[in-house]
Amino acid sequence: MKIKQNKPKAPKVKEAKAKNKKTSFKKFLKSDAAFPYLCLIPSLAGVLVFFIVPFFVIIFYSMVDNPINKEFVFLDNYISVMKNTAFRRAALNTLTFSAISVPLAVVLSMLLAMLLDSKIPFVSQFRTSFLCPMMVPVASIVLIWQVIFHYNGALNDFLSNFGIERIDWLKSTKGQIVIVVLFLWKNLGYNMILFLSALNNIPKDIIEVATLEGAGGFYKFFRIKLRYLSPTILFVAILSLINSFKVFREIYLLTGDYPFDSLYMLQHFMNNTFRNIDYQKLSSAAILMAIVMVIIIGALFIAENKFGEDVED
Amino acid sequence: MSESVNIISETETALPRSKPKVPLKVRLSKKKQKLIMAILTLFAAASAVIFLLPTVLTIANSFMSASEINANYGLIFAESEDGGKEYIAEKINLKFIPDMVSFSQYYTVLFKSPDYLLKFWNSVILVVPIVIFQLVTASLAAYSFARLKGRLKEVIFFVYIVVMLMPYQVTLVPNYLISDWLGILDTRAAIILPGIFTPFAVFILSKIMRRIPVSLIEAAQLDGAGELQIFAHICMPLCKSALFSVAILVFIDYWNMVEQPLVLLSDTNLYPLSVFLSQINSGEIGLAFAVATIYMIPTLLMFLYGEDYLVEGIAYSGGIKG
Repeated sequence: MKIKQNKPKAPKVKEAKAKNKKTSFKKFLKSDAAFPYLCLIPSLAGVLVFFIVPFFVIIFYSMVDNPINKEFVFLDNYISVMKNTAFRRAALNTLTFSAISVPLAVVLSMLLAMLLDSKIPFVSQFRTSFLCPMMVPVASIVLIWQVIFHYNGALNDFLSNFGIERIDWLKSTKGQIVIVVLFLWKNLGYNMILFLSALNNIPKDIIEVATLEGAGGFYKFFRIKLRYLSPTILFVAILSLINSFKVFREIYLLTGDYPFDSLYMLQHFMNNTFRNIDYQKLSSAAILMAIVMVIIIGALFIAENKFGEDVED
Repeated sequence: MSESVNIISETETALPRSKPKVPLKVRLSKKKQKLIMAILTLFAAASAVIFLLPTVLTIANSFMSASEINANYGLIFAESEDGGKEYIAEKINLKFIPDMVSFSQYYTVLFKSPDYLLKFWNSVILVVPIVIFQLVTASLAAYSFARLKGRLKEVIFFVYIVVMLMPYQVTLVPNYLISDWLGILDTRAAIILPGIFTPFAVFILSKIMRRIPVSLIEAAQLDGAGELQIFAHICMPLCKSALFSVAILVFIDYWNMVEQPLVLLSDTNLYPLSVFLSQINSGEIGLAFAVATIYMIPTLLMFLYGEDYLVEGIAYSGGIKG
């Protein structure tokens, strides 16, 4: 909104820049108006040097046969990465994990937020304990996870009381369940805070009026609250998606470089490829992932726009 | 918008008719409501226990002596070496309260095995510069994003968001490449420099700075304040609490780092404790709990003293559309 109001101002500065006469440019640099521009320089330079420029270089690398020869091979590297069984396994595992954990993270954290929003006592204590896991470094907590999920561990011990067979949680297909639990444990608190602040921002009068009108809880939730929450749902989904890629930390710290098949994630694949410094593989894999991320996030944005357009402010 | 307007207008006209309904309904379900509240509270309490338990257990275990730890968990951690150790217990034993509170683990960590302290120091020396310089460059950049107008600025900001949204699996490749070119691969700079320029802090701070009322800035300009004064005397003081919360968020993120050192450092002597802790050998499990507890102290202290800032910061981070 603000941007549009003040648009007429912008061309002025641009003109000053465009004149390109050294004297006027120097004058501009020394003038007060230059300060906001100068402010951007350190950060922008850093982002360009460490992220943007090398990213374009890896796009180039992904399309040549090797960094020395530089013969253009177009999509060959992409095809060979996609055919790579390790990459396929890693991509499939990562996608499966994200597909399970992201919706769970959204729904459960929304439920937690509504729980704390329902006027129960000790809200701030509960909030603190739900937030606590995010403050605990993964490395610190991994020992306890090991004690719990090990073949000889506490969980199997507990389950054996009910006559349930021991399961090797970390070295079987059940591993995905474990990391989903660890992921939720760590991330629900952060998401919950986002939902709590969104719930607070729903105009009270609308809810009140709906209550007076005799609207049931379901109606209020699905027809009113959910619409106001939809930007937050989008944000939490994106955030959880990004964080779901970080579950590598837990897996690596629990099981090392070569985990059980079902826990082999894209980051494992990247790490192993980094060790051989295979730039072609690395860069085409990275760009494939970037493309997939852009597509998923773009789709989420479009979905949210459709669903939440009525309450956009 | 149309939908919500409809809700209001429809219900407003219907208001008088439905008014008498309310007290009746409330009275009838009061008992039921109390019961529901009790169940919800109980449920919340149970979840709170689950959320806290692992942390509490880790801290509790750090006060056990080496022999107690071995007796409790020998079955789990001895296996990786040769399996046939004599002290292995029949069952593992997950306990809250040590048989005897002992500080021997802490004593060993702090005075006898310098390795852990060194790795802790590695973590500090990586994370602190990232937090400080990210805040400095980000608050400057946020100021210019808040003050400048125009298409180019919007494009740049969009690029920042895209970079922010990319997972490590994507960004580490450009980071690795540029570190290789600059010759800083396998040094701390390879982690610190990209860390400083991660756009997360810029994103949050510029959202907050954009909320500063234009009238306030215009008033300052009328009083003859230049851009520098506006930045230093208006924007910065108003962003104080936001700076705290961003600092906490950035700190936890990097205190937790695993991916970057694994890729960018090949010298394990430079590894931060967040990676090194998992490479502890099975003979030192007792120590591991103490080290783990020491490692969470900085973040837990921040949490204790800055929970409100943290919550505020998280709330600010919500909504990419900002």
